[in-house]
Amino acid sequence: MTLIHFAILLPVIAAVFIGVLYRYYKDVHLGWFVLPVPVLIVAYLFTLIPTVSSNQVIFESMQFMPRIGMNFDVYIDGLSLLFAILISGIGALVVLYSIGYLSHYEKLGNFYVYLLIFMTAMLGVVLNDNVLMLYLFWELTSISSFLLIAFWFNRERSIYGAQKSMLITMFGGFLMLGGFISLSLITDTFSIRGMMEQIPAIQENALAPLAIILILFGAFTKSAQFPFYVWLPDAMEAPTPVSAYLHSATMVKAGLYVVARFTPLFAFSELWVWAILLIGLVTLVWAAFNAVKQDDLKAVLAFSTVSQLGLIMSLLGIGALGVHSGASEQVFTIAVVAAVFHLINHATFKGALFMIIGIVDHETGTRSLKRLGGLMTIMPISFTMTVITSLSMAGIPPFNGFLSKELFLEAMFSISEADFSVLADVSVLFPILAIVGSIFTLVYSIILIRGIFLGKTQPETPKEPKEAPMLMLISPIVLTVLVIVFGLFPNILSGTIIDPAAMGILNTSEPLNTEISHWHGWDSPALWGTVAIVVIGALMYLFRNTWMPVYRFGNKIFTINNLYDQGLMYSRLGAEKITDGYMSGYIRSYLVYIFTGFAVLAVITMINTDMTFEWDTASAITIPEVAIMLIILAALIAILVTASRMVSIIMFSVIGFSLSLLFVFFRAVDLALTQLAVEAILTSLFLLAFFHLPKRARHEERKRFRLNNMIISVAVGATSIIFGIAAYSNRLFDSISQFYIDNVYDLASGGNMVNVILVDFRGMDTLFETLVFGLAGLGVFILLRLRVNRKGENEFEEHA
Amino acid sequence: MNLKSTLKKLGYAKVHKQMNDVFLKYTAKVVFLIIITFSINLFFSGHYTPGGGFVGGLLAAAAIVLLLLAYDLKTINKMIPFDHKWLIALGLTLSVFVPLVLMIFGQPFFTHQALYIELPIFGEVPIHTAVFFDVGVYITVAATTLLIITLLATEQAMSDSEGADRS
Repeated sequence: MTLIHFAILLPVIAAVFIGVLYRYYKDVHLGWFVLPVPVLIVAYLFTLIPTVSSNQVIFESMQFMPRIGMNFDVYIDGLSLLFAILISGIGALVVLYSIGYLSHYEKLGNFYVYLLIFMTAMLGVVLNDNVLMLYLFWELTSISSFLLIAFWFNRERSIYGAQKSMLITMFGGFLMLGGFISLSLITDTFSIRGMMEQIPAIQENALAPLAIILILFGAFTKSAQFPFYVWLPDAMEAPTPVSAYLHSATMVKAGLYVVARFTPLFAFSELWVWAILLIGLVTLVWAAFNAVKQDDLKAVLAFSTVSQLGLIMSLLGIGALGVHSGASEQVFTIAVVAAVFHLINHATFKGALFMIIGIVDHETGTRSLKRLGGLMTIMPISFTMTVITSLSMAGIPPFNGFLSKELFLEAMFSISEADFSVLADVSVLFPILAIVGSIFTLVYSIILIRGIFLGKTQPETPKEPKEAPMLMLISPIVLTVLVIVFGLFPNILSGTIIDPAAMGILNTSEPLNTEISHWHGWDSPALWGTVAIVVIGALMYLFRNTWMPVYRFGNKIFTINNLYDQGLMYSRLGAEKITDGYMSGYIRSYLVYIFTGFAVLAVITMINTDMTFEWDTASAITIPEVAIMLIILAALIAILVTASRMVSIIMFSVIGFSLSLLFVFFRAVDLALTQLAVEAILTSLFLLAFFHLPKRARHEERKRFRLNNMIISVAVGATSIIFGIAAYSNRLFDSISQFYIDNVYDLASGGNMVNVILVDFRGMDTLFETLVFGLAGLGVFILLRLRVNRKGENEFEEHA
Repeated sequence: MNLKSTLKKLGYAKVHKQMNDVFLKYTAKVVFLIIITFSINLFFSGHYTPGGGFVGGLLAAAAIVLLLLAYDLKTINKMIPFDHKWLIALGLTLSVFVPLVLMIFGQPFFTHQALYIELPIFGEVPIHTAVFFDVGVYITVAATTLLIITLLATEQAMSDSEGADRS
């Protein structure tokens, strides 16, 4: 446990206190108590910059489950530090913004607890060296994202969006776990650094393509790449601070992080390189094209985010191509630098844009472009910020988006000129796709500015529009100032954070000494690319009425969303049908299934394996044991014969108590004690539930029913006995009890082996058993208390 | 309460006398103390001699069930004014936190530590982190058992009163 581990876990620890605090103290907005957490973390991370920018890495280990190689090993290089600073920095701004955005009446406790859990999860993803821990935190981001999208859980769209995002990202995450496991099968380690040392072994292994595909599934679903992007627009049902934070600045970039992190490892594979490059470009164009037709402001931004993620993904693809071809040429370095730079820029301008849209929504009550307009004079500060950030997004000088967009175009142009035998035919497409995507970006940027702030004032907004309070404006202002500062002085970033991050992606230790400049000369193709984008984009905006009808040609049936909806519906219906087929609601049917299954499996096993029976090693049977067995038999017969339930219950407990006596004779005192206690509780439970039991049904008297039950019970009993004897006769392994006898004092300093096994040697089992026990209790509570009322709605009955 | 209704359905008309049984109530109190003491004894001795969190928790629940038989649910709720659901949460939290706290001290997850300290009267007393884990098990087991039993008892009381309303 070091300071870094503590910094990662700090939000979760804080979440516990925040949750408790919220119950008892509601006078001050909860956000003020949350705010110090990300601020402290970002301050701490800034102190690490000098170390990292002097090309050192930080590695701190903490043992978690060393036996299976799952350790909480923190590894910080430029790449992880960049992400961590983005997470905590944007996090601080978002928390500040949310104080103004969310009113006192919302469930603030839930909101901030989820947000803090997310912060830890995200920091854990980017700062971990161990892939198992990475996966753990990865899924935690999906869960917290789910909870945050469903924050307004009484809205149907929120639930739909939350479920969609969770299903898609968890589907990918689970596949990614498969990728990690196949990687560890190849390299015999779960550490990313350990894997890096064994690249030749991975290269030769036949499992590698599988690992690549599975890991890419994880990255593409999380980063909302084509065709998995469908969850992101629906995730916009979340409160706007969440959209700004999770669904634009941080969580969706986790996929980019994984791609960047594994690029040195997989760059040898053409599959990896082309998948990233092509999917990235397709996503860029398709999402930008779709963003133009949206009416909801947040939907525009959602598609815009998807397209920008595609842009960064394709840049990483070019970087991977560089590592792949072995040529450490200028082009590839530029691409990686552009990727890192655009990552930062996107976080600044898109974060600010989301916050401004949130302000517009908050102050006017609508996010529909049709109902907004002419707010320039009413909301001058928001208007100024929108102009700056939108133009930065569209790649207009002198803002930071321009610089990274130009690097992007430059990389795309140079790759079309470079000579690669594989892609000679299609290489012309890359710059064209890049420019087409950028043109649409410009168009929707203009639509954003014009649709909200210019034109005629719309009188029919649900609320009287006014400028937002200062509290909500601070965060977007900070980000907008960063947009301008990074645009004018990009080189304050290049040495400190971009270079180390790019070196992390390229896996080199040579300093890059990047210089980002505004002017590349008249002969730079990127310059003419930008000019073309601006001219064509402006023309397309002016004549939008002539080509916009193109969107009407889309077929509503052949969409990915429809595929998702139908797939979900049919899988649910199918599952329902299958389940209804055998779930009769009677415990007796389930017992029949279970025991028949057991008997059938046992008989099959008996036929297929040759068993021997040895009676020599068995211990002698004593008289008390025989006596107890006779008592049990008598009780059993009584249960079978009697017609009274009360008698059966009492006889049943007679069997239980006799069994515990039997344990005493076998010197299993712990078991006997437990059995006694269980039996006492069970009998009282039975008596309590007595009158809830239904009356004896007529079919219980039927011969066929009884015959069936008899066959099954005799089969189960006979096979159990045979298996017991056979298992005792043929020992496949040595007994492990000797290990416990030897180590019970040395390793666990205890005397009672049974209990030491329970709490120490196999403590994990006990932990989860306890969990099951507690959950079962809560399940009973819900079953008994949750009634469906006449309207078919669920409600809890409260009574003393 | 539940015993009363059970007897009622079995045909005993004058069950009220039965319920106010002073002997039962008084014995229950005494036996309750004995069982609880035994349960705590079992719990603490678990690491060296038979016993442990699970048995201890079950016995504690059994002791309270005995009180439930002698008194009614309202009295029991007054005697033990904790919400069982909260106790379950508390127990589970404790059992998860102990292995996690161990990690702070540089140990792998679930590697228990033992410490021997000298106390004035008791002499040398071992302190295991496993005990704190077991406390969680104890609380969860006792609370869950009680939750289920009291729930069933409430259900029964309710269905009794509903039946009375109908007739």
